[in-house]
Amino acid sequence: MKPRHKRLVFIAAGLSAIAIASALVLNAFRSNLVFFFSPSQVAAGEAPRDRAFRVGGLVETGSVKRQTDGLTVRFVVTDTARSIPVVYRGILPDLFREGKGVVAEGRLGTDGVFRAEQVLAKHDENYMPPEAAHALEQAQKAQRTVKQ
Amino acid sequence: MIPEIGQLALVLAALLAVTQATLPLLGAARRIPAWMALARPAAQGQFVFIAIAFACLAWSFVTNDFSVLNVATNSNSQLPLHYRFAATWGSHEGSMLLWVLMLSAWTVAVSLLSRHLPEPLVARVLGVIGIVSFGFLLFMLLTSNPFDRLLPPPPDGRDLNPLLQDPGMVIHPPMLYMGYVGFSVAFAFAIAALLGGQLDSTWARWSRPWTTAAWCFLTCGIMLGSWWAYNELGWGGWWFWDPVENASFMPWLVGTALIHSLAVTEKRASFRSWTVLLAICAFSLSLLGTFLVRSGVLTSVHAFATDPRRGVFILAFLTLVIGGSLTLFAIRARKVGAGAGFEPVSRESMLLANNVLLVVAAGSVLLGTLYPLFLDALGLGKISVGPPYFEAVFVPLLTPLVFLMGVGPIARWKQAAVPELWSRLRWALGVAVVTALALPAVLGRWSPLVSLGLGLAVWVVAATTTGVRERIRNSRGNLAARLAQQPRAYWGMVLAHLGVAVFVTGVTLVKGYETERDVQMAVGDTVMVGGYTFRFDGVRDVVGPNYRAARGAVDVSKDGQAVRVLHPEKRVYNAQQNTMTEAAIATGLRGDLYVSLGEPVSETAWTVRVYHKPFVTWIWGGCLLMAFGGLAALSDRRYRQRTARDGTVPAATQAA
Repeated sequence: MKPRHKRLVFIAAGLSAIAIASALVLNAFRSNLVFFFSPSQVAAGEAPRDRAFRVGGLVETGSVKRQTDGLTVRFVVTDTARSIPVVYRGILPDLFREGKGVVAEGRLGTDGVFRAEQVLAKHDENYMPPEAAHALEQAQKAQRTVKQ
Repeated sequence: MIPEIGQLALVLAALLAVTQATLPLLGAARRIPAWMALARPAAQGQFVFIAIAFACLAWSFVTNDFSVLNVATNSNSQLPLHYRFAATWGSHEGSMLLWVLMLSAWTVAVSLLSRHLPEPLVARVLGVIGIVSFGFLLFMLLTSNPFDRLLPPPPDGRDLNPLLQDPGMVIHPPMLYMGYVGFSVAFAFAIAALLGGQLDSTWARWSRPWTTAAWCFLTCGIMLGSWWAYNELGWGGWWFWDPVENASFMPWLVGTALIHSLAVTEKRASFRSWTVLLAICAFSLSLLGTFLVRSGVLTSVHAFATDPRRGVFILAFLTLVIGGSLTLFAIRARKVGAGAGFEPVSRESMLLANNVLLVVAAGSVLLGTLYPLFLDALGLGKISVGPPYFEAVFVPLLTPLVFLMGVGPIARWKQAAVPELWSRLRWALGVAVVTALALPAVLGRWSPLVSLGLGLAVWVVAATTTGVRERIRNSRGNLAARLAQQPRAYWGMVLAHLGVAVFVTGVTLVKGYETERDVQMAVGDTVMVGGYTFRFDGVRDVVGPNYRAARGAVDVSKDGQAVRVLHPEKRVYNAQQNTMTEAAIATGLRGDLYVSLGEPVSETAWTVRVYHKPFVTWIWGGCLLMAFGGLAALSDRRYRQRTARDGTVPAATQAA
């Protein structure tokens, strides 16, 4: 092979490898993004029905109910304006508390109950998950505008 | 008094760093030997002062001096001595101090082990590290002083985050930092080469051991982090694709590419500008990792504070270092040159593919880590990118990478022939394919991913063995003597590649055959997991040095025979009433039994996690093997030659 051909082969192979890799990465990226919605957004019907998403806010005080199997837990996540019932089967993280911030990942059922596949463990007692804090802020802003 | 001495030592270290960062670089540019000669004493003096500062902070922690803000917020008089010491780097400020301590330790090592290098190169290398060091010292003095006082002092401290009270935590950060910071040496060598315009095989041979050393530490650091998460977070995962983990994984991927690219630069004088670019990227990603972890952009156990000044400082510093070095690269790369050519099928081309795959992998991690932050910063919504994305990307990227790991080491430099490679490797390939098809059937359940993973692991082992056999065939003596004749750098590569095989086996078998059951158990209840019977024998209260705990007893047996009793704990730490799950793990070569307590659901019943993790220890074992491989390569004879200035390499050491 002439040096010029050789270089062409390299460039072609390199470019196609990069193209394939980028297509693969971007495709995987697009189909695995998980969006976040606040309870108000879910109530307004903005959340998707067909894919998993995250919802966050505070665990409403007095809402945590444990099923007799000991593992299935029902609770309500609120952003103080609207709230959404959540059901989760499994062991909750250590810092899951009523009145504290929480983020759950899962799907919305046709009955309007959010079926969480994961309830996020957080590391610090005083720490509010940023998504949950964001949801509360948005809800408060919305209420303020309504009052005016 | 002691904290003030530490503070003063930090200021003096910063002043020495300024000296180290300016005069030697100017001296090298203008050929003034006296200025260049300042690099070594400045670096060594800086190390002494930083070590004094570190000792002062450690002393404040050990003696419970709660008038120091950092001690008051991160320690407690009930904390056992070894954790009080480890708490020195348990906080943001302390970990920054550890970072600069490591950096100056690396610098001193360079200054002592570089007697055989040309003086301008040493001056430039130490000068570049001096710039980095000054940046970090300034950062500490301006935004995160570890010696700030708190007056009046509180009666007791707020305690170290209970998650960090684990033996893994004592060694994980120093290891990880040694790796992160170690890439600064490779970076400094690259910048020095750009400044000096000299970049050849000799340069590659000088910078190779430093890169390998940093990579070894980083490998161990990541491994320890993963092991810590598995032991301490209480839910049995070993890698979460958490941004903080990604921050350490990206420099590792690029560093691995760099090690391979340096091999080509040393042996064949090719890939030169590429090697320099990788060195810049590896260190930039280390800095980015610091930014992500320490600035409070990411909120997790690692992000200690959310002080915007810190973020702005690191961001500015990052822009300066990365932007500056890339600009320098753009201006000077042409002068460095590309190097010798090679054919499309050759060891070079396979190492090039290795590099491209590793860099794409690092890029995909970067995308998954930064994109959500960008969207958030621009106010375009909150998203998260979870493990499914990374898994979807890594399997197809790593499959060709691991396949090439079998072919590359036995392919010839410059030009290799496919028919020849095929005839040398067909046995290895046959063994791998047969294992891939048969072994999952023996293990119980067939799935394509298990088949692929095991096939790749066996392929690496078989192809590596083929390579070793071919190499020793023509040497004399008995088997042991023949094996001993091979240079250590070669054994390093063999060990590291076998480490990858062990790692892949571990990951494949855990992913393929693990069992996870969350159950409610009353006293006397049993559950079967992974062929073992777990019987819950109740919970009693125990008191630890700085916590109270509910301690469970779970009796494990197999086929009626007692295996052992596990004691998972649910701890409440006294200082802040934090709850912590302490899993009980029976570790074995063929798998782990993992039990952790959930919550009490009645007087006698608890929710319990009962997991069986087959071959999970192989994951960390594989990482250790890789690190040992790096160590073996480091101890190779050719790096110890003092006078090799001519670029010739002894014939016996022509290994990859």
